[in-house]
Amino acid sequence: MSLLSVRNLRVTFPTDHGPVDVVRGLSFDLGRERLGIVGESGSGKSMTGRAVMGLVPKPGRVTADELTFDGQDLRGLSEEAMRGLRGPAMSMVLQDPRFSLNPVIRIGDQIEEAMAVHGRLGKRDRRARMLDALSAVRITDPERVARLYPHEVSGGMGQRVMIAMMVVLEPALMIADEPTSALDVSVRGQVLDILADLVDRRGMGLMLISHDLNMVARWCDRILVMYHGEVVEELAAGALMEAQHPYTRGLVASLPKIDETRDRLPVLDRSRL
Amino acid sequence: MTRALPAFQFLLTLAVTFLGLLAITFVIGRVVPIDPVVAVVGDRASMETYNATKEAMGLDDPLLVQFARYVVQVVQGDLGMSVSTGRPVAEDLARVFPATFEMATLGILIGVVIGVPMGVIAAARQGRWIDQVIRVIGLAGYAIPAFWLGLIGLVVFYANLRWVGGPGRIDFFLDGMVPVRTGLLLVDSAIDGNWEAFASAFSHIVLPSFILGFFALAYIARMTRSFMLEQLGQEFITTARVKGVPERLILWRHAFRPIRVQLITVIGLSYAGLLEGSVMIETVFSWPGIGNYLTTALLNADMNAVLGATLVIGAVFVGINKGSDALYRVLDPRART
Repeated sequence: MSLLSVRNLRVTFPTDHGPVDVVRGLSFDLGRERLGIVGESGSGKSMTGRAVMGLVPKPGRVTADELTFDGQDLRGLSEEAMRGLRGPAMSMVLQDPRFSLNPVIRIGDQIEEAMAVHGRLGKRDRRARMLDALSAVRITDPERVARLYPHEVSGGMGQRVMIAMMVVLEPALMIADEPTSALDVSVRGQVLDILADLVDRRGMGLMLISHDLNMVARWCDRILVMYHGEVVEELAAGALMEAQHPYTRGLVASLPKIDETRDRLPVLDRSRL
Repeated sequence: MTRALPAFQFLLTLAVTFLGLLAITFVIGRVVPIDPVVAVVGDRASMETYNATKEAMGLDDPLLVQFARYVVQVVQGDLGMSVSTGRPVAEDLARVFPATFEMATLGILIGVVIGVPMGVIAAARQGRWIDQVIRVIGLAGYAIPAFWLGLIGLVVFYANLRWVGGPGRIDFFLDGMVPVRTGLLLVDSAIDGNWEAFASAFSHIVLPSFILGFFALAYIARMTRSFMLEQLGQEFITTARVKGVPERLILWRHAFRPIRVQLITVIGLSYAGLLEGSVMIETVFSWPGIGNYLTTALLNADMNAVLGATLVIGAVFVGINKGSDALYRVLDPRART
């Protein structure tokens, strides 16, 4: 049975010119695997992640024919019930640790809070688990880092802290929304390695949302290509070159390669989509 | 050495600030077309009396000499004699400032205790009816004149309902019955164990303090609301939701904690504003505070009193500024170095 089943997911926002669908009838299944969702800005990929988490900002509306997580229908679930799932059952790593960590709370306290609000463990056990989680994201001196404030660590370290905070409750589903696009190129691979490794070892399902085709192809098993709120193509990560849809082909063609010489990089021709 | 240096810098800034404050007030006091000599001798005095008084007051000397003399006096704690009360200005200020301080402190407490939660709730329920109600209350705080609210308050709560005491700090038959220790009637009567006086003082201070508190809370609630809205739009709020943090903690722990520093500035400014003495409220309630004192002094061309009162108000501003700077460092880890 799949971990997450989505059929005909729609996210709609009211505007002055009537309702606008930012996600238009999306369907996919996710098992305990690594699924990549790629698409350009505004293609609805981030909203898909937030819709699953029940965190679409007001006044957005989410509808679906099916939205099942681990056998549980998420549609019509109360806010309190959703809150109970967030953290222990599903979690999300956000884009930029400079903004996604609370600036005035110590790192250790922010991680422990995830356990505390779900009534998990006593104070001492929470602390031990927090330090374990920091070690698990390859922070060598967790005691020291736990006492720091977010502005005192680098972007790469901040994102590892974020990952530690989100895996500490061992959720079954991890959504990573552009987890590396705010980081230096030099630490992106490292952060993704850590994330992918944790996901594999703990048997989580991963939804990696990104605009970076190469990255998604390298770290995921399957790829959904989104364009304008819809999935235009679904393919195995290794089969990127065999893409059929003109949008995907256009994207692949426009990636520069280090081992070839081209006059001019092809540009996506939207008139043929 | 490294510890002594900031302290030295701090004192130096303080000294320069006060010198500047003194200089400006002094110059304004001397260039206004008011003759301080006439204020003393009256306009029917003979020329000899006039000249003798002028010399005695040191007004024949060059302005710079007068200023230097004044600064030396101030440093020694001598603010000169008040022309209108006939007492040393320092003594007058020691009497009137506690009256204002007591009322303003109670006022700002009311403003913070009610205004901050109002702002937080308004932000949490943005656009709902409660937000609108709070917005209207805030607007009223800007639009309603203080003296009107004071008069209506007296008519309703004192004259009709008899819930509170009338003008003045205490019922007249208790006036002067409490030995002065701090100048704060509530504190002094409590120390003395004179609970009758305490109750009377409280019934007198509660209405003007609530009116001051209303103006403070209008501003504080509005600023709290806009600071909170800014924080609630931040990514780390989403992070907290992703962790499953309940809304109540999202508001008070995740959104409110980062705005405490900004709020301190707002509250400090409000408090300083109240400490200046609200002339309108002090007049309506016959409150013997610094606002009343300063206004009377100005109208009587009593320049020593004006300078002294201005100095006290300046000191209050500087003190509150330095105090909120110190609190910044306690509350915001980013401000510590």
